[in-house]
Amino acid sequence: MHISFLNHANGRYFWVAIALVGASIVAYLLQEPHQTPNGGTWLGYTLGTMGALLILWLIYLGRRKRNFAAGWGTVRGWVSAHVYLGTSLLVVATLHTGFQFGINVHTLAYVLMCVVIVSGLFGVWAYRTYPEARNELKRSQTLDDIFLQLEDIDGQLKRDVSALAADIRGVVSSAIDRTEIGGGMYAQLAGVDSSKVMIDGNVYPNTDQVRAVAWLVERLSVAEGSETGKLSAVVRSYGARQKLLQVIRTDIRFQALQEAWLYLHVPLSIALLAALLTHIVSVFIYW
Amino acid sequence: MFEIAVIGAGPGGLSAAARCAELDVEHVLLESSPKIANTIQKYQKGKHVMAEPGILPLRSPIEFDAGKRETILGNWETGIKTVGVNIQYGAEVKAISGSQGHFVISLVNGEEVLARHVILGIGLQGNPRQMGVPGEQSEVVQYTLDDPGEYKDESIAIIGAGDAAIENAIALAANNKVYIVNRKDEFARAKEGNLNLIMAAIDAGTIECYYSSSPAGVEVLEGGDFPANLQLKTATGDAVVPLHRIIARLGAIPPRKLVESFGIEFPSEDQNAIPALTSQYESNVAGIYVIGALGGYPLIKQAMNQGYEVVEYILGHDVKPADNDLLASKFNGLPYELEVDGVLALMQERIPVFADVNALQFRELMLDSSVSMPAKGDVIFKQHDYTNTFFTILEGTVEIEVNPTLRITANAGGFFGEMSLMSGRRRSATVYAGPQCIVIETPRRSMIKLISSVAAVKRVLDETFIVRTIQQKFAPDTPIEELQPIAARAKMHQFQPKETIFKEGDEADTLHFIRNGSVTVSIEIDGRDVVMSYVPANTPIGEMALLGNTTRSATVKAAVKTETISLDKESFSLLLERSAGLKERLQAMVKDRHEQNVALQSNSESSDLMSFLMGQGLGEATDVLLIDENICVGCDLCESACAATHEGTSRLNRKAGPTFAHIHVPTSCRHCEDPSCMKDCPPDAIQRGGLGGEVFIGDNCIGCGNCERNCPYGVIQMAYKTEAPSSYWSWMLFGLGQKPGRGKAAVVGESSFKQAVKCDMCKDQSGGPSCVRACPTGAAMRLSPEDFVDLVNVVR
Repeated sequence: MHISFLNHANGRYFWVAIALVGASIVAYLLQEPHQTPNGGTWLGYTLGTMGALLILWLIYLGRRKRNFAAGWGTVRGWVSAHVYLGTSLLVVATLHTGFQFGINVHTLAYVLMCVVIVSGLFGVWAYRTYPEARNELKRSQTLDDIFLQLEDIDGQLKRDVSALAADIRGVVSSAIDRTEIGGGMYAQLAGVDSSKVMIDGNVYPNTDQVRAVAWLVERLSVAEGSETGKLSAVVRSYGARQKLLQVIRTDIRFQALQEAWLYLHVPLSIALLAALLTHIVSVFIYW
Repeated sequence: MFEIAVIGAGPGGLSAAARCAELDVEHVLLESSPKIANTIQKYQKGKHVMAEPGILPLRSPIEFDAGKRETILGNWETGIKTVGVNIQYGAEVKAISGSQGHFVISLVNGEEVLARHVILGIGLQGNPRQMGVPGEQSEVVQYTLDDPGEYKDESIAIIGAGDAAIENAIALAANNKVYIVNRKDEFARAKEGNLNLIMAAIDAGTIECYYSSSPAGVEVLEGGDFPANLQLKTATGDAVVPLHRIIARLGAIPPRKLVESFGIEFPSEDQNAIPALTSQYESNVAGIYVIGALGGYPLIKQAMNQGYEVVEYILGHDVKPADNDLLASKFNGLPYELEVDGVLALMQERIPVFADVNALQFRELMLDSSVSMPAKGDVIFKQHDYTNTFFTILEGTVEIEVNPTLRITANAGGFFGEMSLMSGRRRSATVYAGPQCIVIETPRRSMIKLISSVAAVKRVLDETFIVRTIQQKFAPDTPIEELQPIAARAKMHQFQPKETIFKEGDEADTLHFIRNGSVTVSIEIDGRDVVMSYVPANTPIGEMALLGNTTRSATVKAAVKTETISLDKESFSLLLERSAGLKERLQAMVKDRHEQNVALQSNSESSDLMSFLMGQGLGEATDVLLIDENICVGCDLCESACAATHEGTSRLNRKAGPTFAHIHVPTSCRHCEDPSCMKDCPPDAIQRGGLGGEVFIGDNCIGCGNCERNCPYGVIQMAYKTEAPSSYWSWMLFGLGQKPGRGKAAVVGESSFKQAVKCDMCKDQSGGPSCVRACPTGAAMRLSPEDFVDLVNVVR
């Protein structure tokens, strides 16, 4: 019923990739023994041409997935082939090098290719892991839903503390106002929380709302009379707020992780394309 | 004493009065509002009005062509002045008494108007209920709201607590200070969704509600920040609210009651019923004529033509209706030497199901229908086609192939195709043309309209449906005649959504056959209803217990509005006797169903998911887009693909819509079995495709927005057409133009207008639905309800 890109068409491209890798290895092992394996042999050329064409085709996915009117296959099928054939390139290109590495543009192209493939493999893992983890984290709600709940709780808290003592009002409203979500790329990926809270005129870090909660709990222990009931309601709401913030922060982190690899994968693919062109041109000029 | 009094200055009334003026007939045109064409006045500014049906010529002394609302109204105003129409504004009719030659028309303002003939062209909108307080007619008060986006930074009071009032209040609250005035202390009449919205808005303080309050007056102010004060009587005393605008949404007074009070009869209680009229638009009250939407003709051009014709008829002139040439060309090539009227009469005479239809309605039906003469052996439709038109046989015979061993011959005067017409499901048989065959094909919408207004048509269709169903499903080898007595004992039932058809543990005494709609089968586990499966239309249910002579093993409830045909125990035994092999076939079916049940029973999460899907109204779906949230990466390529292949507007909203477990139901058309959107489309622009069963909107959409309002799932939007997207490579390499499927493309042409758009299942794309094809991970899938059982069993 439900088919992801990994088992598209019963893993057709997995088997194509296996066949390609198998054939390359067999050809490599069977090549004439007196010849040092390198890119210049007939097998080297064959593997190199195949690898270069594969790279061009792999990069073309960027066009295909935006060509919505295209009738040729589904994007899922293309992604499936992209993943399996792209991975097989690790073997094909390595055999093409004949294990001759150096500090030159040829090895640069090879290294770039490896980084692109490894980042892609991370992408496969991320795409298979994070959507499910995020859906479970949010219990089938959207992030917008959770932000709305947070907004409701913040409004509720502000109303609830309006009838309480000035110190409580100050801490709760400053904690709400100084709560920070998201931030730059690093903050998102690492889940950095630079929220603050103001207590007695001093600003303190309030990571994961711990400081504010601690203050409220302590304040509750010395509350008297009608204040006790109202404040304990505030503490309960604040606990719920803390949980929502954790969900939001984790979801943002997961989303960042789910997409971060693309920032490596795509630009390095372009760099690889340039290095590959240089490699091919220089090989023919300086041969 | 006027010769002719025309009531209602809409397109039909204006045209009639203008024709009177042109012919120097003494006439009066009575209009309740202060302006002509009340309904069109209410359209938003600059709205493009279409002139459908394009093929029909206009016949009227006043001009009309597709164009801007203002131009059309302007033309009409000049038109009636030029010919000298005698129009009275503010003349709301309260009663009509007397008879032909001497009608007395009493107006609300106490005046009486005398006339020999009356033409009623009052439309269907009804008059909006007024506030009933001083100042209710002042400039700041309005009774409709077209475009909430027109108002910004105003203080606005909405009077009323119905859905219209709530929807207006919510929409306006985005940019304005909004008050809502509710006569009661709660919003009892509102739909649940609207109720939640308004309560949330009131709690959040974005809308201020005056409960248990009613307006006492509107005071118009000179100068100052606010143009008016609204005086309110509240539970705690009087209040005054300074405002820019008051919008009263108190509902409309439907015209049917008023019309009935004139003595005009409607053939049924059905709210879509239209009064019976002669071919000259005369009602059952001699001398009172009905034209336009009230008579069942919702389009402007039709109404105008009728206005012209009805005056000619009253004066005794013999004019052919404007559609005469259209019908003549339709009948061209038929082997009859007859005029249009003659052919129509012949058809009614030969085809019994149309015998009781009045001449005017039949004419209209034939305008919508097409007549064809297929060669012997031609396929008229194929089994499993998604078409749902209705066929009648004028000449010759057709062969209905139910299965390879069963072919039934239908003769001249008979009909076929009623199964899909009724159930909205695919064709259940293939039909071949016989020798010298002439068939009439009538669209579903026209037939449904006919069925709701002519009881005899409904009866004949129902009876035939029952006997043919029994034959096809239970006794294919038994001749119709032998089944007739069994069919006569069958009963028709209607069930509302969630209504129980039978309960687990009940004694099994009947078999139901689902005629349209669908049902869920559930059993009780630990005091909780657990849904086991979904059963679509055209399937029998309850045969398990009948065969085994036991009690019901499961509860069956309607998933959506459902109609069934029931057979009692005796009829069922009789059927088993008469039809060889039936018992074995049913037993095989029962075995399959047991297997399915066991599979589902073992997993309560699957069952919850099935309940969730049914709760989303997917029981009436034929093809729905679902997203597996566990593999969706949120790239929105599905939306981009939809927009890119559909004139720049995505017809699906991925984020919107509910999720259960990890199955997400995005806001996107599910191509209902019996689509609500198709029910009230004036130009009949919404059609159902032949092969995929997709419901799509044609280019002749006039942008009225009825379908958008009628769709219970909110999947239809009004949108402008946009220019073709720019080239991918110029975007990719140089950042020029729009990102494919995302950027805002320019609107096509200056005079373009919003048309309804929705998913058409990419019927014009070679590879199938682009949303699914563009999904990189395989999260997007399109399913029909029959596949849900597999889905819920795989999803764990």
